[in-house]
Amino acid sequence: MATSFAGVPIFYYEALASILFFIGLTGAIARRNPLVMLMSIELMFNAANLAFIVFARAWLNNAGQIFAFLVITVAAAEAAIALAIVVVVFRFAQQVDVDEVRVLHG
Amino acid sequence: MIPFWIIAAVLIVSALWTVTARKPIYSVVSLLLNFAALATTYLILHAEFLAVMQIIVYSGAILMLFVFVIALLNSGIAAVVLGRDRVPVAPAAAAALAAVAFVATAIAAAHAPAIAPIATHSPLGAVGRGNVFGSIGDFGQALFLSRLLPFEITALILMVAVVGVVLLAGDLTPYVPTRRRAEQTRRALREAILREGK
Repeated sequence: MATSFAGVPIFYYEALASILFFIGLTGAIARRNPLVMLMSIELMFNAANLAFIVFARAWLNNAGQIFAFLVITVAAAEAAIALAIVVVVFRFAQQVDVDEVRVLHG
Repeated sequence: MIPFWIIAAVLIVSALWTVTARKPIYSVVSLLLNFAALATTYLILHAEFLAVMQIIVYSGAILMLFVFVIALLNSGIAAVVLGRDRVPVAPAAAAALAAVAFVATAIAAAHAPAIAPIATHSPLGAVGRGNVFGSIGDFGQALFLSRLLPFEITALILMVAVVGVVLLAGDLTPYVPTRRRAEQTRRALREAILREGK
């Protein structure tokens, strides 16, 4: 079992991934600009990708890299659709504040 | 060890800058830095194909999309007015809890015995060499031979995204019987959104 490579323990990479995920999560929760929220979500996607690739390298198993590939695709699709929603909302309401656009809040 | 610390510092600082920047375009620039550093990390971790994909898909496609939308919104009729950012007390606590859970899982996973130590037949070799773990050939063989289903799911996801974006952002007028009704629908929807936003 490979727990370290190139002198760096696998746990360091995992801690880095979780820190990035935490930063992204905080941004997605706290910011009001939907664009910055989307970018924070991209940060979280990338943190998950980093974890996948670290474990793929640690256990020399390609499955992690394949799954990271899938995550990149999902992130691209998500960004395209979410940005389309932002554009549509701006076109209708002339604003993009996520707290002001609340038709679907119920 | 030293390259790792440099890259980790760049990653964390650029992520923080992305989240805290006042203007979205600054967030995009710092996110670009973040993605470049992450691609370097992928190279260190023998994920050559994903490092290139990171640059092409994220920096090339997704960030360009963000830049175009920012340009679109800022050059619109009205200025983008935003309220104050929330003070995230309870959500930040939840996020911290999630981060703790994530770190705990990572520690547990890092110390767990490997179930399948070596699932690929390729040996580990220098980055950039062919026929070693993580090289383009190795990745392609895994993608097209043993794990074809995720690749096909990828195609489906992209198709759904394309159709969704065209339906959302495209002009919906052809899908409503008459142009007058389309205009009425659009106006009613806009008024509903504005009314609810008060």
